[in-house]
Amino acid sequence: MTTTSDSRTTGTGEKNGRMMKLGAVGGDWLDQRVGGAGLVKFFARKIFPDHWSFMFGEVALYSFVILLISGTFLTMFFVPSMDEVVYDGPYEALQGAEVSRAFASTMYISFELRGGLLFRQMHHWAALVFMVAIFVHMFRVFFTGAFRKPRELNWLVGFSLMVLGMVAGFTGYSLPDDVLSGNGLRVIDGLMKAIPIIGTYLSMLLFGGEFPGTDIIPRLFTIHILLVPAAILGLIAIHLVMLVAHKHTHYPGPGRTDRNVVGFPLFPVYTAKAGGFFFLVFGIITLISATTAINAIWVYGPYDPSPVSAGSQPDWYMLWTDGGLRLMPGWEFTVFGYVISLNMLIPFAVYGGLLAFLALYPFLEAWVTGDDREHHVLDLPYNTPVRTGIGVAWISVYLILALGATNDLIALKLQLSINDLTWLFRIGIFVAPVLLFWITKRVCLSLQRQKRNTVLHGEETSRVVRTESGEMLEIHEPLNEYDRWVLVQHDDYRPLKAGNGVSSLRAKATSFFFKDRIEPVTPTELREAMEHAGHEKHVIDEATGGDYRIPAEKAHH
Amino acid sequence: MKALAARRHHPMALLVILLLALVATGGLYVAFQPRDAQAEAYTEEDVQAGEALFLANCATCHGRNAEGLTDSEGNTLGPSLIGVGAAAVDFQVGTGRMPMQASGPQAQGKPAQMDEEQTRQLAAYVASLGPGPSVPDEEALDTSLGDAEAGGEIFRVNCAMCHNAAGAGGALTRGKYAPALTGVEPRHVYQAMATGPQNMPVFNDTNLSPEDKRDVITYLESLEETGSPGGISLGSLGPVTEGLYAWTIILTLLTGCAVWLGAKAK
Repeated sequence: MTTTSDSRTTGTGEKNGRMMKLGAVGGDWLDQRVGGAGLVKFFARKIFPDHWSFMFGEVALYSFVILLISGTFLTMFFVPSMDEVVYDGPYEALQGAEVSRAFASTMYISFELRGGLLFRQMHHWAALVFMVAIFVHMFRVFFTGAFRKPRELNWLVGFSLMVLGMVAGFTGYSLPDDVLSGNGLRVIDGLMKAIPIIGTYLSMLLFGGEFPGTDIIPRLFTIHILLVPAAILGLIAIHLVMLVAHKHTHYPGPGRTDRNVVGFPLFPVYTAKAGGFFFLVFGIITLISATTAINAIWVYGPYDPSPVSAGSQPDWYMLWTDGGLRLMPGWEFTVFGYVISLNMLIPFAVYGGLLAFLALYPFLEAWVTGDDREHHVLDLPYNTPVRTGIGVAWISVYLILALGATNDLIALKLQLSINDLTWLFRIGIFVAPVLLFWITKRVCLSLQRQKRNTVLHGEETSRVVRTESGEMLEIHEPLNEYDRWVLVQHDDYRPLKAGNGVSSLRAKATSFFFKDRIEPVTPTELREAMEHAGHEKHVIDEATGGDYRIPAEKAHH
Repeated sequence: MKALAARRHHPMALLVILLLALVATGGLYVAFQPRDAQAEAYTEEDVQAGEALFLANCATCHGRNAEGLTDSEGNTLGPSLIGVGAAAVDFQVGTGRMPMQASGPQAQGKPAQMDEEQTRQLAAYVASLGPGPSVPDEEALDTSLGDAEAGGEIFRVNCAMCHNAAGAGGALTRGKYAPALTGVEPRHVYQAMATGPQNMPVFNDTNLSPEDKRDVITYLESLEETGSPGGISLGSLGPVTEGLYAWTIILTLLTGCAVWLGAKAK
C-alpha cells in the first residue's frame, strides 16, 4: 500500500490533506505490523439489515457492558465477608445492629459513598434490563424462525447466556446479605436438600456446613464476579463470531433471498447507529436508576434466618422458579427413612423440562420438517401457526408460574382470595397453554387466509359501486408486486405419510404441525384472479366513468 | 397457737386452708398482673352516653348487652365485647373499621364514623363491662423515648411476615389481609398490638412490653421519615413491581429508541 501526496490542496483543504496523510501513514504503519486493513475492510463493509426488532440483542449486550462497568465500581467497595460487625453508619434505624460485613459495606455504598447508591441501582436495573432484553431477543428469534439452520448452535449459545444471566442475577441478589437475599438462598438450600440421597451433601458442600454458615457469601462473590461473567463474556464472543460468520437474517422482501443480506454497511451507518444506541441504553438505565429505587436492603434488614417478610419474591426472571413451589400441593412421602419431597421435585422437573424444550426446539422442528436448507430469510410468525402457537403456550406456562409467585401481591392489591388465585393458577397452568396454543394457531391461519385474499383480490377500499343493472361491486386496489412478494414467498410444508423412510412418529409430528394449512396462491389462481379483477374494473369504470370519488368528495372539490 | 394446733384436725380446717390459698393466689395475681400504663378516667356520664351510642349503632351485631350474637346457623354476627377493653374500641371505631361497612373477609378501615368524643364514650361503656387493655397514654407513644433499631428487629421478627418489611401490607388466607402500616396513627398501632384486631395475634404486655411496642412505633415512624432514598419506591413491594417496571416503562423506552433508530430516513 502506498500513499501519494496531493500538492493542489490549499487553505483548510491543505490542513485536511495533511491530516489524511498522517492518518494514511499511521494506518499503513499499523497495517504492515498487524495487518488490520483487511479486517477493518471486512467489518466496515459488513452488511446488517435494518429493523427495530433486531436491536434487542444489542440492548442485552449494552446492559452487560453497563453491568461490567458498574460492577467493577461496586467490587472496589463491597466486602464479601460474613464476619459480624456493629453497624454505625448514618442510617439511624439500624445503628447498633449486628450485621455482616457484606451488609455493612452495602450500606456504606448506599449511604456514604458518593454516587454509590446510583451505581448500586444502575447495576441492579441493568441486570433486570439485561434479562428483559435477552427474553425479548429470544422471542424475536423464536417467532421468526431465526434459529433454523445454520443458526441452531447459536440458539444454544444464546440459551446458555440466558441461563447464565439467571445465575449471575441470583448470585448477585444474594450478596448484600439482607433478609430478602437470605430467604432466596434458603429456597435454594431447600431445593437442593429435596434431591434424594445426595441433596443434603450438596447443600453442605455449597454452604460449607449447615445453612447459612459463614462461607456462602465469599463463595457466591467468586461465582458472581469471576466465573459467571467470564463465562458470559466468552459465550458473547462466540455468539458474535457466529453472528458474523452466519451473517444476519432479514425479513422477507423483494430482492431478499437466502443467499444475500440486504441492508447497510457497518461503517458508517451502523457504527453510528449502534454507538448512539449504546448511549441511549446507558442514558435510559442511568435515568431510571437516578429516579427509581430498587432493592432497599435497609428496609429488609440484615439477614437473620428467622424472619420472612410478606411479599418476599426473587427478581422477575427467577419468579417462575418460586411460582412452581407455591402452586404445587405439599405432597411428600417417606421411603426407607428418606423423605421424597414431591412438592419440590415435581416443580424442579417442570423447570428442567421447560428449559430443555426451549433449548432443543430448533432440533425438534428440523426433525419434523426434515428441512436441511440454510435459512436467512425470516418467517413471518403467522406463516408458521404451530410454531407460533407453541411459543405462546411456552410463554403462558412461564407467565403463570411467575404469576403464581406473586399470588400474595395480586391477592392484596386486587382484594382477592390467595387460595382462589392459587387454584386459578393450578388449573390455568394446564388449561392456558392448550387454549392459547389453539387460539394462536387459529388466529395465524385466519391471518394467512386474509393475506391470501389480499393477494388475489387486492385491498378493499370500502367504496361500493352500483351498476345500472343494480349489481353492487366493491372497488379493490390491487397490490403492487413488491407487497405481493412478501405475502407469497413463504415455504409451504405438508404432512407426511408414514412409510418410505418416514417413521409413524414423524408422520404424526408432521400432521400435528402441518395438517391445518392454507393452500398457497398458485400462479394460475393469481392469473385468474387478475383477469377477473380486470373484468370487474371494466364494469366499475363503465359505471363511474373512471372517477372513484364518492358524491360527497365530488361536491367538496 | 395451741388452740390452732388443737383444731387442725377439725373437718372445716381443709376448707379454711383452701380459702386462704385461693385468697393468696388471687391477691398475688392482682398485685402482679400485667397492667396497662394508665387507665383512662371515664365518668359515669361517659358510660351512659356510650351505652346509648352502643344500642343505636352496635347492638344489632354485638347484642344489647355486648354479649355477642350468632345467627341461626351458629355463625358469629358480632363477637362478645365483654373484656375487650377501651383500646379495642378506640382502634376499631377510631380507624373506621367499626361500625362495619360491609361483611366480608375482614373489616376494612374507612374514614371514622364516630367523632373523638363519641369514640371515647363508646370506649368508656365497653371498658365498664369488664377489664381489658386501655387506651395508651402519651408516654407510651412518645417516640422520642423509643429505640428505632430495637423496634426494627422486633418488627422484622414479629410483624413483617404479614405486614411486609416496609409495612406495605400483605395477603393472608381467603381474602383476609394485613393492612399497610403507612400513615397509621401511633395510638392505633399500639392498640392493634395490644388487642389483636381482625386476624392479628395479640401482643400483650408480657409478650411485647409497652416499651417494646413504643420501639416498634418508633421504627415505623423512622421508616416513614427516611422515605425512599433511592427514588420512586414503586409501592415498596419489592422485586415484582421492579420487574413489572422493567417490562413496561423501561422496555417501552428502549423499544421506542429501537424503532426510532430502525426507522428509514424519509
